[in-house]
Amino acid sequence: MAKVIVNGDIVDNAWQRLTSEELEQQGVPEAGAVIVPLTYWLSHREALLERSAPVGVCLEPGEEPADLAADLPTLPLVAVNFPAFKDGRGYSYARELRTRYGFEGEVRAVGDVLQDQLFYMHRVGFNAFEVRADRDIEEALNGLRPFSVTYQGDVHDERPIYRRQSA
Amino acid sequence: MYVYQDYDQRLLEERVAQYRDQTRRYLAGQLSEDEFLALRLQNGLYIQRYAPMMRISVPYGMLNTTQVRKLASISRDYDKGFCHVSTRQNIQLNWPEVADTPDILAELASVQMHAIQTSGNCIRNITTDEYAGVNPREIEDPRPWCEVIRQWATFNPEFAYLPRKFKIAVNAVPDADPALIGVHDIGVQIVHDHDGETGFQVWAGGGLGRTPMTGEVIGEFVPWPDLLAYLEAILRVYNKYGNRDNKYKARIKILVKALGADKFRELAEAEFAELKGGAMTLTREEVARIKACFVDPDYRVDVDSAALHSALDQHRAFNRWYHTNTRAHKRGGYRAVTLTLKKTGRIPGDITDEQLEAVADLADRYAFSEVRTTHQQNMVLADVAEDELYDLWRQLDALGFATPNLGLITDIVSCPGGDLCALANAKSVPIAEGIQRQFDDLDFVHDLGPLDVNISGCMNACGHHHIGHIGILGVDKKGKEFYQITLGGRGDRQSRIGEKMGPSFESHEVNGVIGKIVRVYLDNRLENEPFISTYERIGMDPFKEVVYG
Repeated sequence: MAKVIVNGDIVDNAWQRLTSEELEQQGVPEAGAVIVPLTYWLSHREALLERSAPVGVCLEPGEEPADLAADLPTLPLVAVNFPAFKDGRGYSYARELRTRYGFEGEVRAVGDVLQDQLFYMHRVGFNAFEVRADRDIEEALNGLRPFSVTYQGDVHDERPIYRRQSA
Repeated sequence: MYVYQDYDQRLLEERVAQYRDQTRRYLAGQLSEDEFLALRLQNGLYIQRYAPMMRISVPYGMLNTTQVRKLASISRDYDKGFCHVSTRQNIQLNWPEVADTPDILAELASVQMHAIQTSGNCIRNITTDEYAGVNPREIEDPRPWCEVIRQWATFNPEFAYLPRKFKIAVNAVPDADPALIGVHDIGVQIVHDHDGETGFQVWAGGGLGRTPMTGEVIGEFVPWPDLLAYLEAILRVYNKYGNRDNKYKARIKILVKALGADKFRELAEAEFAELKGGAMTLTREEVARIKACFVDPDYRVDVDSAALHSALDQHRAFNRWYHTNTRAHKRGGYRAVTLTLKKTGRIPGDITDEQLEAVADLADRYAFSEVRTTHQQNMVLADVAEDELYDLWRQLDALGFATPNLGLITDIVSCPGGDLCALANAKSVPIAEGIQRQFDDLDFVHDLGPLDVNISGCMNACGHHHIGHIGILGVDKKGKEFYQITLGGRGDRQSRIGEKMGPSFESHEVNGVIGKIVRVYLDNRLENEPFISTYERIGMDPFKEVVYG
């Protein structure tokens, strides 16, 4: 079974991520946790809500948390896709999910997810990482903690460093 | 200068360790070129035409002499014995080895320096007036605010993979724009309200490079506690909506233009409304802590200004240098001195290891151990007592740093160009040298008065050609180097992009064209009228007629 980093640990990936094409051709599997694209979620929302196994939603760049705002309180997982690691829109989406919408479920980075971006991703609110399949996920774990110091606040502690120091 | 706390230093050391590991994985084939590219750029490393180029950050242009000496030893030990002052007030090495770069960063970290975010699609070095803190015209010292912004921008996790690079400048002079805020992604103008409380007029959407334009006022008055929340709001809008399909349309200026300033402001204000009053709100204590790093040095009260006046009377060359290369100081009895790194035949902004050490010695002796870099690729000793100016001048003259040409036609701003840079379409250094040789008569140069000549080897505009009174841009035409000339650009309060003259010229023609442009100016100028004013009065046509006629 594929592995994923969740809350700092390497665990079995319990979620199956499906593309629109797969969903159009085969429909949603009966069992097992699935992640569907936002477009599919919006067009099949009622049926997906009936499903007994968990359903998460994946945002692509250009699709914002606002498009999903009403459903966030009931969703267990929101994935944010990085088609290329250099496309940084997903960082703002994760931050919005956590701070604007107070989303407490899993926020999972998928796609071109690499060791050297994990620290920033974690700071903006991702707590799960599907590291790119051709990379060593054990080694990637090192990317979560290169720094013990941060100047700015983040989703874990919104205070900038000078407020933390004096506290 | 900002004084590092334990945590600032720890951050740098952890950065060096992180980058050392990244370089190791790259050299071991575990990171692709493209993956390492983004990482090395945010550590200042470009791969250039012949070798890597490393850009070292000089936050808002401030260096102490320990740092200057470290730059000298790094230039000697890891490079060919010289480095280059860039138009972003940074220092560039031209010949380091990739494998050495972690060691260079470790050396820099030992003197509180780094190359963090000096390139890549992130928030770059914050720049300001090179006379900040001593400029008698500023309403307050902009450097503490630069430092506040620097800390917020450093390793900001949300804004490390922006659509494109992002440059912020801060200006505290009301009626001039020495920091060029009009042509920055964000320009911050310090203002005071009726009660004397500090706030910021925030501009966005200016920029040079391809499609140059001046910015729009987005925030009319942002109270000082809200500065970072306001900047974060603008960056978030840009990160979400900036163009990522085409790098030539990816700067914030294109987004501001496409949406219009009003719509952009609406989006930014909506983000700001959520952040305002939150944990990002600056505290009086923190601002006071940072301001305390920028207190006045121990100025002498016994400066003998009469000694200066007699030296000015006796030495014509000193007199000329004094009036050209030194500037008024907020403190009576002191002057700010600019060292022009523009000696004919030398790459504008280049300085050798030995010269750096000599400058450090002079700064220790005459200028409270502080040196500044300028966006015109010069260096500044900001606090020199008037009765020591003559001694200092004699030593600068011996070093070749006292050419009295600050702001004149031979004080050319230029990128390194095609001699070194892989991006350049054309060489810029021989063009600069040609102009300096043509105008080698100092009396004539002084008679011409203020004249900004800026040269860029390509569209990226590192030489700021758009804001030169005379701008020269290298272009490629079927593999041959050509040069396009613009006139009328300004980098001052009325920031303006220069206007293209017409078809471009071959390299051997450029010097003649500049000569003709100067001749048209001399033939048309009114008494004491500087070049830019004559151009604005008579327009482009008289110049075109002579140049293309």
